[in-house]
Amino acid sequence: MALFDAILELADDHLVLGHRLSEWCGHAPMLEEDLAMPNMALDLIGTARTLYDHAGKLEGAGRDEDALAYTRGEREYRNLLLVERPNEDFAHTMLRQLYFAAFMEPYWQACLDHEDEVVRGVAGKAIKEMAYHIRHAGEWVIRLGDGTEESARRMREAVDALHLYTGELFEEGAAEGVLPARAAMRPVWEDTVGRIFAEAGLDMPEGAIALSGGRRGEHGEGLGHLLAEMQSLHRAHIGATW
Amino acid sequence: MAETPLWEVFIRPRNGLSHKHVGSIHAADEVLAVQAARDVYTRRGEGTSIWVVRSADIVASDPDQAAENFEPTAGKVYRHPTFYEIPEEVGHM
Repeated sequence: MALFDAILELADDHLVLGHRLSEWCGHAPMLEEDLAMPNMALDLIGTARTLYDHAGKLEGAGRDEDALAYTRGEREYRNLLLVERPNEDFAHTMLRQLYFAAFMEPYWQACLDHEDEVVRGVAGKAIKEMAYHIRHAGEWVIRLGDGTEESARRMREAVDALHLYTGELFEEGAAEGVLPARAAMRPVWEDTVGRIFAEAGLDMPEGAIALSGGRRGEHGEGLGHLLAEMQSLHRAHIGATW
Repeated sequence: MAETPLWEVFIRPRNGLSHKHVGSIHAADEVLAVQAARDVYTRRGEGTSIWVVRSADIVASDPDQAAENFEPTAGKVYRHPTFYEIPEEVGHM
């Protein structure tokens, strides 16, 4: 079941972050971003669906993607704390996206020669999506960080609020020995984020405490509310389909 | 958003076709304009290439000169290539 657990972690990361991004739909600061964020959300949710479907088959207990997404509680979710952090403002949202995509792009690269065919297939598709997420979020981080007095202040506040959740990206969790080593991504991640921070005039925090616990089901209060909203329809109408 | 410039977006659907005007977007600069055009106008596989141009840089014909610009062509049907016989061998054009 080692691969099941490892894939479930990745699927939860993608679903929760996709849901967070989708919360902007209809509320973004401009129409262009109101389409861009759901676009990115759909990339993430598409990846999550394929991963859940595959995990369900590996488990062989009859759980499909809906069962895995909609009938597990907060303590059973294995996502990173980073991806469940609330949207707050546009600076927080873009920085969270950059932090995650800057990890996933090289991680999917490392998954390209994995022995599991579905993992290889997802990786091939997701690399391009993550490359765009890095570009989209990165360009905004640069402009907000190097923008007006207010945008620079908000960007710095986002870094202060979110950076301590980035250490968890590199913890092995259930991936250990099953998927590529997560810790090995740190140099590439630091290079990607560092280049963008340099252009944005932002300082990369050093030696900060890394918060973790998501992989053990120990989440912040935000995830319970997110799941309550996301799962309410399925729980009220079991087996509902579009 | 009032000061955010407007950009016209042109998409080329396939190789061999021309870029075609599809609409406009707001963006602060040219890099964000291409991103916004991608996010707004290529969501259903519409394109293989994007051009953006600041709307302010477009020079348009004067609507008041529409008559002198366009009406004189109305009587010149001989400019349409409909008076030539196409040899069978050429096939469908």
